[in-house]
Amino acid sequence: MVPVDERERLNLFEQTVLPHLDAAYNLARWLAGNDHDAQDVAQEATLRAFRFFGNFRGENARAWLLTIVRNTFYTWLRKNRPQETMVEINDETLANEDALIETNAVSNSTADAELVRQAIAELPVEFREIVVLREMEGFSYKEIAELADVPIGTVMSRLARARKLLQHRLAAEFKPGGPS
Amino acid sequence: MNCRDTNLLINAYADGELDAARTLELEQHVQSCAECKCAWENIRALKKSLKQDALYFAAPADLRQRIKASLPSPAKRISTRAAWSWNWLTTAFSGAFAVCLALLLTMTIPHGQENRLADEIVSEHIRSMMANHVMDVVSTDQHTVKPWFNGKVDFSPPVRDLAAQDFPLVGGRLDYLNGRNVAALIFQHHKHIINLFIWPSKQTSSQPAALPSRQGFHLVHWSDGDMIYWAVSDLNETELMDFAHAFNTASH
Ligand SMILES: [Zn+2]
Repeated sequence: MVPVDERERLNLFEQTVLPHLDAAYNLARWLAGNDHDAQDVAQEATLRAFRFFGNFRGENARAWLLTIVRNTFYTWLRKNRPQETMVEINDETLANEDALIETNAVSNSTADAELVRQAIAELPVEFREIVVLREMEGFSYKEIAELADVPIGTVMSRLARARKLLQHRLAAEFKPGGPS
Repeated sequence: MNCRDTNLLINAYADGELDAARTLELEQHVQSCAECKCAWENIRALKKSLKQDALYFAAPADLRQRIKASLPSPAKRISTRAAWSWNWLTTAFSGAFAVCLALLLTMTIPHGQENRLADEIVSEHIRSMMANHVMDVVSTDQHTVKPWFNGKVDFSPPVRDLAAQDFPLVGGRLDYLNGRNVAALIFQHHKHIINLFIWPSKQTSSQPAALPSRQGFHLVHWSDGDMIYWAVSDLNETELMDFAHAFNTASH
């Protein structure tokens, strides 16, 4: 009775995976950088997830879906923007940035959302994804390591570097007395 | 603990990922060091700034609708099921119809399936290279690579080193393709990587055949009656065919 199985599969997919469509789109949107491409990536990834739903073992549907979004995105990136390769941040630049930031005191105010958005958007893609997965999706280091297929140490160092870069770009926002 | 060690630890602490012992050590240091205290407060302020609702992009309604429209419609499924319970005559007809449909599909589907499989294989190839995760076991020795698969896959993939033919074996990897665990052997040809995916199948044996390239990658597949082989690489088609023939010949 294929139809019943199919219907159950669809129901299960709608109950377990589709509720994470916001997360799928959010990640795709931050990775792709614009709404149109993000919709393409999120749609392709979600339909792929349905096709491979049989492989889902019921651990964490959101992490599972986002893994597919991520893979779909990199395949898409390679095809559509092959020039956008991964950028290596050299440690010397970062050391200088360390010096710049550590001398700044902070205010308790929250930085302006538009400026934060711009600062995140300017991050190299492999840093951007870690920031989204950690700060917006709240995944643990271990979950991010599995999702992004990198060692936990890499997750930690990328996150630390990403934060340095963000602080550097938002330095004015974090000066005493708030935005200048 | 000195200030140079603290950067990663402060981040882990801010994320609630630091173990108890080091948390204590870090807290003590931060209390006594103005610079690290400043760094810690910077991270806290940044984390707060990143968690603003305004930064989260919710899925647009039309995307949600388009996805739902692309999934099989539940209404159609329900009516199909209802058709089964009408009466035996209808059931018999549906059955006969299903058989006809199935026959029709076996004639038309393989091509679509092959394309889908080819897409999946190219994705896996790209993924294995982008994630820096080409190999689980690094070895040019077939007698190391072959036993490595024991217990990881429920079949024994033929492993051959083709160094003499200028395609040295460089390692192996466990992969997931076509809804099952597969063995991936990695070969090198000059600077190019070849992923060879292998899984068992009773499909009749076939000679290496090339598929049209996709996303800049070439694909060649063949079967020896026990296993199916898919080779993918950014090598040109002629060289990839040479590889396929070399592997196929070495296996028999
Ligand atoms: Zn210190």
